[in-house]
Amino acid sequence: MLDAKIPAGQLNSKWEDYKGHCKLVNPANKRSLEIIIVGTGLAGASAAASLGELGYKVKAFCFQDSARRAHSIAAQGGINAAKNYQNDGDSVFRLFYDTVKGGDYRAREANVHRLAEVSANIIDQCVAQGVPFAREYGGLLSNRSFGGTQVQRTFYAAGQTGQQLLLGAYSALERQVALGNVTLYTRHEMLDIVKIDGKARGIIARDLTTGKLERHFGHAVLLCSGGYGNVFYLSTNAMGSNVTAAWKATKKGAFFGNPCFTQIHPTCIPVSGDHQSKLTLMSESLRNDGRIWVPKKQNDTRKPSDIPEDERDYYLERRYPAFGNLVPRDVASRAAKERCDAGYGVGSSKQAVYLDFAANMERYGKIEAGKRGLHNPTPDQIRQLGKEVVVEKYGNLFDMYAKITGEDPYEVPMRIYPAVHYTMGGLWVDYELMTTVPGLYALGEANFSDHGANRLGASALMQGLADGYFVIPYTIGNYLADEIRTKAIPTDHPAFVEAEKQAQETIDRLMNIKGSKSVDHFHKKLGKIMWEKCGMARNEQGLKEAIEEIKALRAEFWKDVRIPGEANELNPELEKAGRVADFLELGELMCMDALNRRESCGGHFREESQTEEGEALRDDANFSYVAAWEYKGDSAYELHKEPLVFEECKPTQRSYK
Amino acid sequence: MGLTLKVWRQKNTKAQGGFETYQVKDISSEMSFLEMFDVLNERLINEGKEPIAFDHDCREGICGMCSMHINGRAHGPWAGTTTCQLHMRAFKDGDTITVEPWRAEAFPVLKDLTVDRGAFDRIIEAGGYISVNTGNAVDANAIPIPKDKADAAFAAAACIGCGACVAACKNSSAMLFVSAKVSQLAQLPQGEPERATRALNMVAQMDKEGFGSCTNTGACEAECPKEISLSNIARLNREFIRAGFTYEK
Repeated sequence: MLDAKIPAGQLNSKWEDYKGHCKLVNPANKRSLEIIIVGTGLAGASAAASLGELGYKVKAFCFQDSARRAHSIAAQGGINAAKNYQNDGDSVFRLFYDTVKGGDYRAREANVHRLAEVSANIIDQCVAQGVPFAREYGGLLSNRSFGGTQVQRTFYAAGQTGQQLLLGAYSALERQVALGNVTLYTRHEMLDIVKIDGKARGIIARDLTTGKLERHFGHAVLLCSGGYGNVFYLSTNAMGSNVTAAWKATKKGAFFGNPCFTQIHPTCIPVSGDHQSKLTLMSESLRNDGRIWVPKKQNDTRKPSDIPEDERDYYLERRYPAFGNLVPRDVASRAAKERCDAGYGVGSSKQAVYLDFAANMERYGKIEAGKRGLHNPTPDQIRQLGKEVVVEKYGNLFDMYAKITGEDPYEVPMRIYPAVHYTMGGLWVDYELMTTVPGLYALGEANFSDHGANRLGASALMQGLADGYFVIPYTIGNYLADEIRTKAIPTDHPAFVEAEKQAQETIDRLMNIKGSKSVDHFHKKLGKIMWEKCGMARNEQGLKEAIEEIKALRAEFWKDVRIPGEANELNPELEKAGRVADFLELGELMCMDALNRRESCGGHFREESQTEEGEALRDDANFSYVAAWEYKGDSAYELHKEPLVFEECKPTQRSYK
Repeated sequence: MGLTLKVWRQKNTKAQGGFETYQVKDISSEMSFLEMFDVLNERLINEGKEPIAFDHDCREGICGMCSMHINGRAHGPWAGTTTCQLHMRAFKDGDTITVEPWRAEAFPVLKDLTVDRGAFDRIIEAGGYISVNTGNAVDANAIPIPKDKADAAFAAAACIGCGACVAACKNSSAMLFVSAKVSQLAQLPQGEPERATRALNMVAQMDKEGFGSCTNTGACEAECPKEISLSNIARLNREFIRAGFTYEK
């Protein structure tokens, strides 16, 4: 039976009680306790910095050439916090409630409440670090709206919020490097977890520059390695984002939670051709000011500017008047797919809808004209003034759109379509963020815990930093307090030798296939299977087919992949091959999980389970649980269930109408 | 379109490098520059040759990892654009394109177009932060910051640490990079307590890493994909001189 170790007591006092009673490690003992952290995104960098500050000996690893490049950097729109600076009715409870509801009642209440509680501290911490959030003229912080909420609680730095938050955490991390508390290993990739007497005691890492395998000991290991959206090949993830660390942990006994819960983000730049290597997000914050529409006529080939107002279908505003364009991501994505599938899509591929800023640019223009005392502004003046406001709010996003598509979004509406963006599933963790392997933790997107079946916008940054700055510094002490008598284990221990040997054998095996097809060839094929059969809509037959197709593709990969170059040098193809090999196993588990969950919830839409209006239909009687999968050998997984208990948020059919 | 590519190939840091010429055809103007490289690499793999190693990750212009010197310009011909956001619309059929790694002593080549930019991390370690441990912060709105100051700090903080400024500079100076961080923090009240030591220590580390001197020619600003302003360098100079006069050990 899975024990989530949720503290007893009232929901709103659990975290306070926990902090008051968890075990502590004294400063002298902290100095002899070593912690390994894999990944330097928001979760990893904030954890490394905070644990270094506490005096632990930290080793942090990233595969990029600098800790600052982790993919958190690309988060655009903002970070939520229950500050209620806008006086619009926000509170810790509201943020908690919105997140549980947004996640379609598949998240753990206690974790989400803790997240909402510490959210305000994150903003304080980041401002203290010098993170330049957007401000109002009075010098105080500015907020905007995100999907799935009716308050303004999102803090932001133009369209570069992730960048600014990560640079804050990275600076704090580098400060600890300078102080000697953290040792940083860049261009290093974790290839295995080392377990001794059932506990995580270190990792095997590959120095990507020299190809050399290294053994590193730690009293505890933290995986902060992000999500697995790249299993779809095309996603908004960075090219290097991968599941390898989490997957190796799965094979060493950590359960994988809700693998089928993936988020398809509604507003991304559509695919332009087979050459496409990744998809680019257009921030959800754009839905504050952009209106989404398609023509009312099928296969309408007129230019958007030639389609009069009454021949446009603002389908989100029509279907969901209460939330309009700011419905949660899963709802917005499915609505876009529904319109395109029905023949109302736009652009050459017909797989796109319009995101139109004209109305709000005009509104802003009039407000600005008023501020400047222009009584009879010309339409051109209004346009210009409105454009200036939009430039300040979203300038970098509009520029990016223009570069990628060659179109000017200030003049014509953006064309957008849903794309894989985030994975709510991840390593199963308990309240302390520990996986089912003692001493092995998972933080941020790498764990499954806080977003249920659908994450609300601006909550990923919040969760990554909450886990790293404010949760793990407490919970890890509760474990390490019992480890103070454990001396550093020499890395010539048989467990290290064996783990390194296995990692080396996998590399040798890959290099020796000398087949005929590139790694990307297999990755693209896997992505196509996943997108078509385990993407925005899923059904039993498709999932069963996908499982067989993935098995066949995996067998072909291990027979026919071609990796040029040598293993003992910088070899990007070898790096990719290792990651794709793991995706080829994870993809199968995702389909198995999707097949098992015969209900629709959040981003997981089973066609067999929908309301008459085509909304996701949950089955709380049978599926109100976390599906945690235990690896039992090739293609064999055992399902463990963590029942979800809702004390405060009573599950109802989600309605944004 | 069809193109001739002259690409720098170098097996490792110690090996002698040189240009190799490749012909690519059927390149779509919709592709990004890196996707054009993907096409070439896929072909090289199919031909049993070694693909070209180059750094890249987010492919949306923000991680700062991509770093190609294209036709003599850092990140190529488009202003305010990283290599990954450069699209093939910028070129025409029959063009010859020369692609090199960043060339700077402080950025040794690791392989082909990949260089080691660890020097930038070490400069940040020297003082590119505000010393505040987790949990020490006051309420965020307890520190009001005038909007123009906050905006200026943000503009400087937009630096992605790609190293284009160094690559573009005839002296391989890192002044734009260093000044961006010093400027960001010098303009915020939170940065005040360490203002002097930050400027002194970061400049000292920059010199130690072997970056050249700044002569204010402005190539860095012209090539910066995030259009970080040269005025940050002026501010760094002020901060450095001010620190030299006022800092007491």
